[in-house]
Amino acid sequence: MSEALYSIVVDINGTRHVSHVTARTSLVDWLREHLHLTGTHIGCEHGICGACSVMLDGEPVRSCLMYAVQADGHRITTVEGLQRPDGSLSVLQDSFCETHALQCGYCTPGMLIAAQALLDATPRPTEAEIRDAIGGNLCRCTGYQQIVDAIALAARRMAEGAT
Amino acid sequence: MKSPPFEYARAASIEQACELLSQHGDAAKIIAGGQSLVPMMAFRLLRPSWLIDINEIAALKSVALETDAVRMGACTRQCVVSRDEALAARVPLLRQALAFVGHTQTRNRGTIGGSLVHADPSAELPLVAQILEARLALRAKSGTRTLPASAFFAGPMMTNVHADECLEEIHWPVWRERKTGSAFTEISRRHGDFAIAAAAAQIAVDDDGHCTRVTFGVGGAARTPIAFPELAQSLVGQRMDQAKARAVAQEAAAALEPDSDIHASIAYRRHLAGVLVTRALQQAYDAARSVQ
Repeated sequence: MSEALYSIVVDINGTRHVSHVTARTSLVDWLREHLHLTGTHIGCEHGICGACSVMLDGEPVRSCLMYAVQADGHRITTVEGLQRPDGSLSVLQDSFCETHALQCGYCTPGMLIAAQALLDATPRPTEAEIRDAIGGNLCRCTGYQQIVDAIALAARRMAEGAT
Repeated sequence: MKSPPFEYARAASIEQACELLSQHGDAAKIIAGGQSLVPMMAFRLLRPSWLIDINEIAALKSVALETDAVRMGACTRQCVVSRDEALAARVPLLRQALAFVGHTQTRNRGTIGGSLVHADPSAELPLVAQILEARLALRAKSGTRTLPASAFFAGPMMTNVHADECLEEIHWPVWRERKTGSAFTEISRRHGDFAIAAAAAQIAVDDDGHCTRVTFGVGGAARTPIAFPELAQSLVGQRMDQAKARAVAQEAAAALEPDSDIHASIAYRRHLAGVLVTRALQQAYDAARSVQ
């Protein structure tokens, strides 16, 4: 059966993308397979692991639980959108390197999106707030402690005006 | 893990959504936040031919604070309700319950109405609707009707919403008694998971600490969340203490018919229900008494 295609216009990391998608194409599949933005990872595909987290109009959501067609007219930020304009690592990304907050790296894009959304809304989070913010993101390597350390470090660096 | 094929329509208004429902009937599903529907489609537990998207209907996201009720559009996001101080002052149980619902990413997308129509028996918001006697306004092309929560929930993942109807609005009663307190408590394997058992209570007291109004209920331990109006009434006129809370909780737990599963046996669920109701009643009572 041939499936109908739907025309969508979505702002991804500040760039307008026009595309045609089937209704059942998930947002994460569209990002990865059509736009080749493979920074966003697919883990469980049913909303448990958080690896596919992206920001929808500035708020973190799971891109496996949204169809690309639903993003029409909205603004998406993926992990590729977190880097600085010159392509170097953001304060948060650099803090993840600093504290060894990743091993295999599978959960990292989702963790970065969740953490960046936290820091955008709460620049000086408590440890409890940090743990709550990444509560929907599974990591099987680190035991989470270094990730919590990274986010706390990033918050400190941002507060000190480190660029 | 990919959804089966379907056709998609983004409804611009509730009227248009109802028109589409009347055309497609059982073959169509409404999609709101999609936090339960999309996984069910990915698992191929559901194969609707049409999805009617109500996310872009602004009228379904309005929250009106009235004297005796909060009228909430069905597509109001869970995160919006969690953040709303004025709403939390009127219906505190909503924020208390939402603290146990999913995670930031799912609450940013998940809706209040979506959780209610999904009707998972261990979900938090259906329990709140049940014990507060929320009223649910349903809309079809042919007209509207309103169901009390007790007539809305029909069983596990089942409601009395007809195939051509869309939940439009939820009316959450506001208790106007000055000294009102509420509490929500649950046990789950991990924070954010569905409850193995949950309990919620809301209590109003007079200046002497006598209960003037009581409601409480249990989730996760029956086919739907259950309120216990007669047992709640038996506490009216009394001062709460641990013995009274426990006695009422034990009676409620004994009346439950929970299921067993990989997480909990029948006996353990019933035991948890008793413990959690005791805690919810005491916490709600203490909160009510502490209002100045």
